[in-house]
Amino acid sequence: MAQMVFSGDEAVAQAALDAGVAGAFAYPGTPSTEIMEYLQEHIGEAKGAGSSVARAPDGITRVAQWCSNEKTAYESALGVSFVGKRTMVSMKHVGLNVAMDPFVNSALVRIHGGLVAVVADDPSMHSSQNEQDSRLLADFARMPCFEPSNQQEAYDMTRFAFDYSEAHEVPVLVRITTRLAHARASVTTAPAKPATDLGKTTDAYAWTLMPAMARKQWAGLLAKQAAFRADADAASRLELGSKEFGVITCGLGRAYYMENEEDWAQAHGGERPSRLHIGRYPVGMGKIQALVSHVKRVLVIEEGYPYVERDLRGMFGPPVPVAGKMTGEIPLAGELSADSVRAALGLPRREGVAKVAIEVPGRPPQFCQGCPHADSFTALKKALEGEAEFFSASDIGCYALAAQPPWSAIESCVDMGASVGMARGAASVGQKRAIGVIGDSTFYHSGMTNLLDAVRHRSPMTLLILDNGTTGMTGAQPTISATSQLPILLEGLGVEKEHIRVLEAHRRAIDADVAAIREELAYDGVSVIVMVRECIEWLKKARRS
Amino acid sequence: MTCDIIFCGVGGQGGLSVSVVIARAAMASGFLVKQSEIHGMSQRGGEVLAHLRISDKEIFSPTIPKGKADIIFAFEPLEALRHLSWLSVERGTVVAAMTPILNIPNYPDIESVLGEIRKIPRARLIDADTLAKQAGNVRSANLVLVGAAADLLPVPPEAIEKEVVALFSRKGEAMVQANLKAFELGRNIQHA
Repeated sequence: MAQMVFSGDEAVAQAALDAGVAGAFAYPGTPSTEIMEYLQEHIGEAKGAGSSVARAPDGITRVAQWCSNEKTAYESALGVSFVGKRTMVSMKHVGLNVAMDPFVNSALVRIHGGLVAVVADDPSMHSSQNEQDSRLLADFARMPCFEPSNQQEAYDMTRFAFDYSEAHEVPVLVRITTRLAHARASVTTAPAKPATDLGKTTDAYAWTLMPAMARKQWAGLLAKQAAFRADADAASRLELGSKEFGVITCGLGRAYYMENEEDWAQAHGGERPSRLHIGRYPVGMGKIQALVSHVKRVLVIEEGYPYVERDLRGMFGPPVPVAGKMTGEIPLAGELSADSVRAALGLPRREGVAKVAIEVPGRPPQFCQGCPHADSFTALKKALEGEAEFFSASDIGCYALAAQPPWSAIESCVDMGASVGMARGAASVGQKRAIGVIGDSTFYHSGMTNLLDAVRHRSPMTLLILDNGTTGMTGAQPTISATSQLPILLEGLGVEKEHIRVLEAHRRAIDADVAAIREELAYDGVSVIVMVRECIEWLKKARRS
Repeated sequence: MTCDIIFCGVGGQGGLSVSVVIARAAMASGFLVKQSEIHGMSQRGGEVLAHLRISDKEIFSPTIPKGKADIIFAFEPLEALRHLSWLSVERGTVVAAMTPILNIPNYPDIESVLGEIRKIPRARLIDADTLAKQAGNVRSANLVLVGAAADLLPVPPEAIEKEVVALFSRKGEAMVQANLKAFELGRNIQHA
C-alpha cells in the first residue's frame, strides 16, 4: 500500500503496471496522452524512440509503445492477449473511431491475456472536434464498460478490469473524461501483481472470425450480457433516503452531485435524496428498480450523452418523472460542473464578483514564437496570392490554428487524414488547386492511404506535409517514422520523384518555398511538398532532458 | 477548512507549476488536495487555467464552483478579470501581476484593466516583474505572487519553500535561490 498523488491518467497507468501489464500501446491524444507517457517512464529502465522495453527477472518482456494510430495500437494489444499476456491500449474518444474495426470485433474473440481499452472522452471539446460518449460505443460492441468517478476508482477499476477481462474472456473499456484524466488527487495503490504468462491460446478457432465461428462467438457474447448486467448491478451503490427525490449519478457526475448534497439536505430539513451511483455498464436493473419504486421523481446526472437516462425513460415513458439532459434540467452539450448540477438540483445559483465594466477579449491559442508552421503558411498564402480558385483542406494538429486570422489559410479540419482525402475528392471532380495540409504524424496516422487513392486515380492535387518531426499538439511525442525516410515512403506510394519537393520551413527560404509551391500547384497530377523544420516545443523538450 | 484557489495566466508563464508547488506543500502539511488543469492547445500562448482545492475533509468536484474561490492568482492582469465569476464575494482575494502580455490585437487599455482590478475589494495588484528581477530572475514572478498571498494560504511558508527547492533544484542553485528570494520579496509586501 502506498499513498501517491496521481492524475486520472497516471492512476490508470499505474494500475496497469500493478496488474502486470506486458504490452501497452497508444497514439497520443488529449486528454489520454499522459497514460502512455507515464507507462514509458515507469515500465522499465531502457528507453528507445517512442517505446520503452524492459525485461524483468521473470523473463517477461514489457513494452509501452507509441503506434501509428489507434487501430494499429489496438491490434497489437490483441496479439499480446492471444499469446497470454496482459495488455492495455489507450486513446482519446475520437481515436476509438479509428480503432472501431478491431474494437468491435475484439468483443467476439475469446480474450486470453486480459485486454483493457482506456478511452478518454473530452466533453466540452477542450481539445477535440466532438464530444462523443464512449459508453455508447462499448454498448454497440456489447462490451463491458467501467467508469471511475475519481482518481482512486481510476486505479482500482483499471486494475480490476484486467481480472474481469480474463475471467469473462472479453475486453473491458475503461471510460474516463477530461476532468478526471487531468485532475490530480491522492490515490492508495495496492502491491503490484507479478506479470502473468498464460501462454498462447489453445483456442485459435475462437479468434478466427469467419462466419461459422463468428456466429458462435457472437452467440457467446450475447449470452454473457446477463452476467455483465448482474455484475454491474451488484457493483452499483444504492443509498435510500428521501421518498420524494432520487438521484442517479454516473462517473464524475457523482463528484458534482456530492459537492451540492449538503446544501440540498439543508434546504430540505436535513433529509438527503435517495441515490444510486452507477460505475459499470451495461447497467443492471435491480437497484434502479429499487430506487424508482422508492421515490416519486428521479434526476439523472451523467457526463456525456443521456445514456442511462434514455434507457430509464424508455419509449413509453418512465414509471416516475425523470429529469436530466433530455428534459433540459442539465445542458445536453458540454461537460457537467458543480454549478450545472446545482441548478438541476433546484438550489440557488452562487454568484461570484460582479462583471467588470470592460469587455474581456478571448485569448485563443496561437502558433508558438518561431513555429515552423507559421513560416509554411506564410509561404502558402503568398503562393496563392491573386489566385481566385483554390481549396485548402487541413487536418488535426497545431496547424489547424491557421484557420484563424491573421492566417486564414485553411478551409477545413474534420478528422485525422481528411485533408488528403478531401483535397483529392475535390480535385477529382474538377476543383483547381486542391491542397491538403497535414502534419507528419497525422500523415502516418491516416494520410497515407488517401494519398494512394490520389496516386491511383491521378487526382491533380498538392499535398503539403508539415514535417516537424513530432506530434506537437499533444506535447511533442516522437513520430513513428523519421523525416529522412519520408521521401522514400512517398516514392513508394507512387508519387513521382520530381514532384516530391523537400523544402525548409523557414522565413529565410520563403522565396524558394513560394516558387516551389507555385510550380507544384500548376502541375496536373499528384505532388507532395514536405516542409521540414523541427517543432519548437520538441526542441525545448529535448533541451530539458 | 477549505481553500479554493484559481491560477490563471497565459501559456508559457509557468502558472501550472506554481499550482503544483502549493498542492504539494498542502499535502505535506496534512491536507487533502484536488488539482485540475486543462492542457493541450491552451499551452500555445492562450489562456491557461488551473484549479486547486485544499481541504481537511473529502473534496468532491475537481473544479471550483462559481463564487467559491478564496484566491485568484492571476499571472497576467487581463486574465484576472476573466475568472471573477469564481471569486467569493464575501472573502475572495485577487492577487494579480501588473505586467500585461500583449499577444492579442484587441487587448484593452492596460490602465482600465488595472483600474478594474483595483475596484475589486481586497485585490492585491503586484509589480511582480520588478520584484522578480530584484530576486535575480524575471521568471520567478509567479513566486512573488504566491508570496504576496502567503498570509491567505492554509500552509506555512516553510512548506512552500521546501517544495520550491524540490521543484527547482534540477535547474541549479541560482534558480532555487532566485525563486526563494522572489517568494520572500512577495511576503514582504505590505497590503492595505
